[in-house]
Amino acid sequence: MSAAFIFEQLLNSLQLGVMLFVMAAGLTLVFGVMGLINLAHGSLYMVGAFFCAWVAGETGSFWVGLGAGLVAAAAAGAVIEMLVMRRLYDRDHLDQVLATFSLILIFNEGTRWVFGAQPLYLDIPAGLATSVPLPGGGGYPLYRLVIIGFGIATAVGLYLLISRTRLGMQIRAGESDREMIGALGVDINTLYTLVFAIGAMLAGLAGALVGALQSVEVGMGEPVLILAFVVIVIGGIGSIKGALIGAILVGLVDTLGRAFLHKLFALALPPAEANGYGAAMASMAIYLLMAIVLAWRPKGLFPVNA
Amino acid sequence: MLEMRNETYLNVGIALLLLAVPLGAWVMDESYYITVASRVAILALAGVGLNLALGFGGMVSFGHAAFFGLGGYAAGVLSHHAFEGSVFLNWPVTIDGSDATLTLWFAAILLSGAVAAIIGMISLRTSGVYFIMITLAFAQMIYYLAISLPTYNGEDGLPLYLRSSLPGLDMSDDLTFFFVCYALLLLAIFLSVRIVGSRFGAALECARQNETRLSAIGIAPYPVKLTAFVFSAMITGLAGALFVELNGFVSPSILSWHLSGEIMIFVILGGVGRFYGPIVGAALFIVLETVIGGYTERWQLFLGIILLGVVLFARGGVIGLLAGKARHD
Amino acid sequence: MKRKLLALALAASVSMPALAQAENVKIGMITTLSGGGSSLGIDIRDGFALAVKQGGGKLGGQDVEVMIEDDARKPDKAKQIADKFIKRDKVDILTGIVWSNLALAVVPSAVKGGTFYISPNAGPSQLAGKLCNENYFNVAWQNDNLHEAMGAHVSSQGMKNAYILAPNYPAGKDALTGFKRFYKGELAGETFTKLGQKDYAAELAAIREAKPDSVFFFLPGGMGIAFMKQYAQSGIDAPVFGPAFSFDQGILKAVGDAALGVKNSSQWNKDIDNAANKAFVADFQSEYGRLPSLYASQGYDAARLIASALEKAGGVGDADAFRAALKAAEFDSVRGAFKFGSNNHPIQDIYVREVIKEGDVLTNKIVGVGLKDHADAYASQCSM
Repeated sequence: MSAAFIFEQLLNSLQLGVMLFVMAAGLTLVFGVMGLINLAHGSLYMVGAFFCAWVAGETGSFWVGLGAGLVAAAAAGAVIEMLVMRRLYDRDHLDQVLATFSLILIFNEGTRWVFGAQPLYLDIPAGLATSVPLPGGGGYPLYRLVIIGFGIATAVGLYLLISRTRLGMQIRAGESDREMIGALGVDINTLYTLVFAIGAMLAGLAGALVGALQSVEVGMGEPVLILAFVVIVIGGIGSIKGALIGAILVGLVDTLGRAFLHKLFALALPPAEANGYGAAMASMAIYLLMAIVLAWRPKGLFPVNA
Repeated sequence: MLEMRNETYLNVGIALLLLAVPLGAWVMDESYYITVASRVAILALAGVGLNLALGFGGMVSFGHAAFFGLGGYAAGVLSHHAFEGSVFLNWPVTIDGSDATLTLWFAAILLSGAVAAIIGMISLRTSGVYFIMITLAFAQMIYYLAISLPTYNGEDGLPLYLRSSLPGLDMSDDLTFFFVCYALLLLAIFLSVRIVGSRFGAALECARQNETRLSAIGIAPYPVKLTAFVFSAMITGLAGALFVELNGFVSPSILSWHLSGEIMIFVILGGVGRFYGPIVGAALFIVLETVIGGYTERWQLFLGIILLGVVLFARGGVIGLLAGKARHD
Repeated sequence: MKRKLLALALAASVSMPALAQAENVKIGMITTLSGGGSSLGIDIRDGFALAVKQGGGKLGGQDVEVMIEDDARKPDKAKQIADKFIKRDKVDILTGIVWSNLALAVVPSAVKGGTFYISPNAGPSQLAGKLCNENYFNVAWQNDNLHEAMGAHVSSQGMKNAYILAPNYPAGKDALTGFKRFYKGELAGETFTKLGQKDYAAELAAIREAKPDSVFFFLPGGMGIAFMKQYAQSGIDAPVFGPAFSFDQGILKAVGDAALGVKNSSQWNKDIDNAANKAFVADFQSEYGRLPSLYASQGYDAARLIASALEKAGGVGDADAFRAALKAAEFDSVRGAFKFGSNNHPIQDIYVREVIKEGDVLTNKIVGVGLKDHADAYASQCSM
């Protein structure tokens, strides 16, 4: 096992991590401000990917498609906020879970109705389809580095938005004391719609970026949704910083688990069995991580309002 | 008082209706509808289990499919070994396969209860959304374990060729099997009523509403909730064992998070914290799924819209709608 | 479109006077029409419906009533629908299931009860071996077949150091076992991935590290799309081989140019030169406005097999005659020569195809034969 191999796997962990962060940031923001648990966040991820693929196919430009994906996800977010989510803010988590679970069914079938049952084509922009040489040999796909760049930009952007802008001030106010923002004369409905749309847009961004790398198909949002929940639960629900740390942790554990666990098992077992057990353990690793973190810190690594 | 009375009448009506459907089907020689009624009874039983944790204990478990599936696997695996004539375990003690119904039920209850104790011990340190998500995470762990381990065919699942045997009853007869499920369902509801009405139930109710108050009168909430959680999982685990017998098949799909969501839907559709709610919820869900599924392949879209409508506009579920007024809290 | 076809079939069946000896043949189709993977079920359904339509609502001169329901890819739901079809609707024939785990939930009890099952896709090893049954016929392949052909082909190309990967579930393990059964060289590595996984960065790094001379993968659905796109960017230059599933008509567009030139194995392709296939490809295109896929060809063949048996046996009234007629398989399969082995699974040629471009459209052409007159490895375990 060469140093380049380990370095490459670390880069892979980082790339998975920042992508999960973009996905989880929206989820945790919505929870922090409105106290809403949104299972349909994965559907917004899917909306972003489908619109990106569709528009990129029509115009021939990935970047135009990406813009369209962001707009579509934000718009879908704003619409469901006004039609559905708004009625759920003062309900308990149970109602929120069921209502947003229903939204998943609606979005999945709706998307299939509009776009058809077959997966859509979306490839990375031609200019990014090369790899960059790594120190110690081998190459690393440029597009994955670009994704890391998008992720870091999102993190910085969110930090600036929340700490430096008027909207950010209102968001912070909303997180600590919901009644206060009403008293400040802020139109709370608009604020909530805006925050939800931002969260949705982030999901759409993740969907479009990852869709180009993976596949654009109905139901693509659910596995990612569960990962994003693992991330925000580990980080502390409502905490953006927690989401970042949680995402990197999950990225590390998942990638390194897949890369090394079966080799660990191979020390004690014949290769075929080691592969099987290694793969089984690798798919459970992040849930194990989550259980350990919560057993140790029941409100996550960075508890909000503790 | 009047409302309480209404709900009692309603409950009796619900129980009788669930009994009438398969009897009618039997008279008309339509054995398919007997199977449907058995399925409703079994899924309702799973819901009754969840209701104990969720409705009465305020523990929103998003991982009850784990217990349903474990119960199913316990029964399925033992009966598989009995069919093959092989042993389940050689060490430290020898455990043979079994096709005795009571043994299978016992194994299902034991396994789901034991795992629930471990999951509960860790999960109950958390609350709110954390609890929802950690129960989901544990269920996912068990799901991936079942899918990837080759011993019991992984994702392919295990077919079971024989129904188990209960002395004096022919379990392979559809109507008899329904009666068994129905009896267990009523028994579980009866047990829930007794538990909720007991001192333990009062403590649980108190833990749901205000943990600090419970601690103040000298009762630690944690063991109370853990006990309820384990009971809840045992009932759901038993339902899993029956489900596997009904289908003659066990596979990891009964451990999936969609099923956790569906069991939750049964409870919420019927009405959270209503003893007979899960029957209404499960029946309605299955009828909707079957009827809409017969008309259009886009049934999930319409199912989603209906469910959404129920959550948004019919708080307290169907029983709440019919019996009037949400329960007292 | 499907509604129309179905209505047509139904109308044809309803309008016939119900004479005692001319009772409808009832066929229940359980397949995946919603959610992920629904494009496979839709293709099977459309292929089947096309054959019914060509027969004017009849198969083999018999009126048929085809009932179709969506299993949402859930074994329990498939089992429920099978229950309904058998107990309530009293169907004579079941068909349609896409996935092995669903087939294993439904088939053993259904065929034991005397219902015929014609599999248009899934062919798990159990049903070809220990659980084989006289009422079960598979018109597609046994699951290992396409992988076995690829194993033979990769060896014949002089490859000696293949890296192989598949998801960590039974079909994935069977795939790699099937490949290794006919592959003669060494393995540079063998990896099981998580079922449903879409990011292969970690695996690709391991492949690069292992320096194989070829890569074989079985990753059905979106997994394969993701793998191919990421493989193309990874800079690894070992050629890729796989079964048809990741390179078939329905999925090729989503994979894109990354698939160009890849060799894949299949028992059917649209360029197979026979009259039945030409009619099928042309009619499918004019009916549905798209090129037929492998799954559509299997759905079509399932219906035509049923038609041939209905014609020969004069319906399903005499189950033994119908069974014998099915087994004789006297129909013109779109893949050319076709016959059943002792375990009611096909004995057929498995071709090697290459992904090419016809104008703007990605599609396949046959470039060779992987295995000739190939039967499956489980027939000896079947006691029929």
